[in-house]
Amino acid sequence: MQFENKVIIVDSLTKKFGDFIAVDRISFDVGQGEIFGFLGANGAGKTTAMKILCGLSKPTSGKAIVAGYSIDKDVELIKTKIGYMSQKFSLYDDLTISENLNFYGGIYGLSSKQIKNKMNQLLNQLELENEKNNLVKSLPLGWKQKLSFSISIFHDPKIVFLDEPTGGVDPITRREFWELIYAAATRGTTVFVTTHYMDEAEYCDRVCIMVDGKIEALNTPGQLRQIFKASSMDQVFYTLARNAKRSELT
Amino acid sequence: MRQFGIFILKETLHIWRDKRTLFILIGMPIAQILIFGFALTNEVKNSNIAILNPAKDKASRQIIDRIEASKYFDVYQELNKPEDIDLAFKSGKIKMVIVFQSKFESELEKNHRGDIQLIADGSDPNTATTLVNYASAIIRDYQTELIQLNKLPYSIRTELRMLYNPQLKGAFNFVPGVMSMILLLVCTLMTSISIVREKELGTMEILLASPVQPFMIIGAKAVPYFLLSLVNIATILLLSVYVLEIPIRGSLLLLVLSSMLFIITALILGLFISTITDSQMTAMFIAMVGMFLPTVMLSGFMFPIENMPLPLRIMSNVVPAKWYFIIVKSIMIKGLGISAIIKELGILFGMMIIFLGLAIRNFKIRLA
Amino acid sequence: MSSLRFLLQKEFNQIRRNPAILRMMFIMPVIQLIVLPFAANYEVKEIKLAIVDQDHSSYTRECTQKIISGKYFNLSSYNQSYGPAIIEVEQDKADLILTFPPNFEKDLIRESEASVFLAVNGINGVKASLGAAYLQMILRDYNQDIRSRLMQFPRFNPEPLVEISYRFFYNQHLLYPVFMVPGILTLLLTMIGMFLASLNIVREKEIGTIEQINVTPIKKYHFILGKLIPFWLMSQVVLTIGLVVSRVVYGIHVGNHLELIYLFSAIYMLAVLGLGLLISTYSNTQQQAVLVSFFLMMVFILLSGLYTSIDSMPFWAKVITWFNPVAYFVAVMRMVVIKGSGFWDIASHLAIIFAFALFLISWAILNYRKRT
Repeated sequence: MQFENKVIIVDSLTKKFGDFIAVDRISFDVGQGEIFGFLGANGAGKTTAMKILCGLSKPTSGKAIVAGYSIDKDVELIKTKIGYMSQKFSLYDDLTISENLNFYGGIYGLSSKQIKNKMNQLLNQLELENEKNNLVKSLPLGWKQKLSFSISIFHDPKIVFLDEPTGGVDPITRREFWELIYAAATRGTTVFVTTHYMDEAEYCDRVCIMVDGKIEALNTPGQLRQIFKASSMDQVFYTLARNAKRSELT
Repeated sequence: MRQFGIFILKETLHIWRDKRTLFILIGMPIAQILIFGFALTNEVKNSNIAILNPAKDKASRQIIDRIEASKYFDVYQELNKPEDIDLAFKSGKIKMVIVFQSKFESELEKNHRGDIQLIADGSDPNTATTLVNYASAIIRDYQTELIQLNKLPYSIRTELRMLYNPQLKGAFNFVPGVMSMILLLVCTLMTSISIVREKELGTMEILLASPVQPFMIIGAKAVPYFLLSLVNIATILLLSVYVLEIPIRGSLLLLVLSSMLFIITALILGLFISTITDSQMTAMFIAMVGMFLPTVMLSGFMFPIENMPLPLRIMSNVVPAKWYFIIVKSIMIKGLGISAIIKELGILFGMMIIFLGLAIRNFKIRLA
Repeated sequence: MSSLRFLLQKEFNQIRRNPAILRMMFIMPVIQLIVLPFAANYEVKEIKLAIVDQDHSSYTRECTQKIISGKYFNLSSYNQSYGPAIIEVEQDKADLILTFPPNFEKDLIRESEASVFLAVNGINGVKASLGAAYLQMILRDYNQDIRSRLMQFPRFNPEPLVEISYRFFYNQHLLYPVFMVPGILTLLLTMIGMFLASLNIVREKEIGTIEQINVTPIKKYHFILGKLIPFWLMSQVVLTIGLVVSRVVYGIHVGNHLELIYLFSAIYMLAVLGLGLLISTYSNTQQQAVLVSFFLMMVFILLSGLYTSIDSMPFWAKVITWFNPVAYFVAVMRMVVIKGSGFWDIASHLAIIFAFALFLISWAILNYRKRT
């Protein structure tokens, strides 16, 4: 499936922490409506790369255009067009579901009427209508995650960045989560997701595998399996990672 | 035992890795002792005063010169009429006004009586009384000279000796006081935060689920802070002796051992606080807002305890810093031995046991 | 602007949900404000005096009688030797020792001069010097009595005498609470403000919600203001409660200038909260933030002029007080509450505190990075 209209264009992006090169001259693009997976072991640099694209971290060098704006000059404008779900699912535990929604909706400039309508829609979808005045603290983990994701797209951003969104939940919830992601992508939202669960790679339109800060592979899951003669993405990754280790040893 | 050691190592690494906090924990007492040792004094010096002198004669000017020459006073302005006094005080620039009666000198010579009125700003009673006393003393000295009799018959001479602190240096009082305050507050704060933090982060559960005795987990948290406090005591004592010139007249060993007892009591108090709250913020609030002022005001170095009304005197007995303050003064400045501080040591020990007991009880309740 | 509104809503919701902190924020200051000012008392009275009388003459007994019948001294012991007396000083049972040497009477009558010895516990300088001063005053009086008796002076005194009288403005009877209460209120406000502000941003950093904020288009200054305003409002509430307590418990009126207090405290709290937020932007953990706040609080409080006088400090310490906002507030509180000073009297203080507030808040905004 071809995705026209590049919403993310990255060119030689680098991030160094002193001598440590976390992200090493990576380049790629993402098209609108694509579900773009960013895979890699922990410490491969995927979270760092994502944070640069979200405007949370400043790159050492390189360029990127996100949602039509350059990260050099217009970072704050980028933020009006994107959504983000962090690893720690940062909802406010001590606020109710509706208070969280009101807050984030308002921050992104939705009118009270819009917030009200969207909130009802969202709560309906997640079957949380009765919980709307409950503290987020009281939700079980799986619900918190789904809620976090829904909030990250509450304001209909062009691109949503998800940082390891499915950590620690059961497979059924994970599946439900990905259904939410599909729904968003179908509506035209670009989804940029990092994960270290290799099986989730299959859900993506294209997958980029990072090893030691570099992009070692970038293609659809199907192609990758073919190229690496692997039966699963797990194997693909293992092959790549093994190569990396070898280069460390020599 | 080995497990305990492992925990202590973990805790020490936590502290060691947080260089900023470490820096503050060691540097803060140093900075504070230096600042307060040199800056705090109960003496009153260089106070701005005003003169209202309608007489403008030799005698009154002589007295004014004496006043000006003294280190206690700076003559800030001369007023012209009594109505100006109120304004001068309100502006906050002067603390006392010396008023001479008109024709001061001639009254003094003819009727043998000259009046001077000292009007002090009562909004600061301590300074006010002290200034009045100083000024009175200067004026009386003048009067003695005026009489031009070097010796009146039948004189009683007073020979005055200041014990322990001949130069009346403020540091002799404030350094032990600030020492006890810092040690108490910091130790309590740090242990309580350290424990509550693990609770908040959720890692406490993991530790509790391990075969390690809870007592060891908690104890291991206290140990590095204990050592850190010893470092602090060492730096404070070094500064006191070499920079502030406060002697250690008694046994150094006794001082260190007593300090250790005090530190342990403070750490256990921190432990107790950690058992009554699950939030770092609450723990900090208790230590900062709850304990700070009472410790400053009731431990005895700022205000004399014996002047306080009975309920407050009783309350001050609960402040551990009060007892440690007495111990430090007794050993460092008075040079006394253990027999003099047995009571205070006993009280600190008792407090430690009580806090420990309460903490253990709370801990058991939560686990049940 | 509307994002500010939502930020404020969120902050207030969060505050509401934390009843423990709310309770502590209002109750602790009230309790301390009611109880602690009674502790603040420098008055030198009931000084414990040990008398060592090695003479046992009518003169020494008379002198003793005169001293202890006054209001300043309590007799802790009356001994014949110095040893027991000094032990009393060691045990803090006596503050001063007055010793009449043997042959006191003889020397006085025959040699026309006798000495007494005063040993004073000098650890607390004020107590020591005032105690010694009072005792010497009484001795001088007694000396005058003897002199007039022995010399059969006519009542007419040919020597010129300077008659000193004294009066205190504003606090006629030198009630210490009048002095302490406004000051303590200031300290409590400062502690609460700085504490809450310094922890707030760090807390979000530690939990992780700050990332979520950084990724939104919220402007930095909105964010900082959103943190500032709720605490600022609460501090005004605490101030009001404090003033009510002062009135009810201590009868301290604020006269006609209540609005000056609110004006000054409004700007003052901006400075204090700004400082707290600034600390928060530099700290990575709540621990760090609270320690730095604690350190600054201690320096501010002890060098505020509330407990000890700023005039007596060495120059470098005075320089520190120029940068100490608490010192300004203590001074203004005293001027306005006790002396009834007016706007122009505190104008310079206001201007300085305003400059502090501007500087600190700007620095906090500049230092806060949405992108690291």
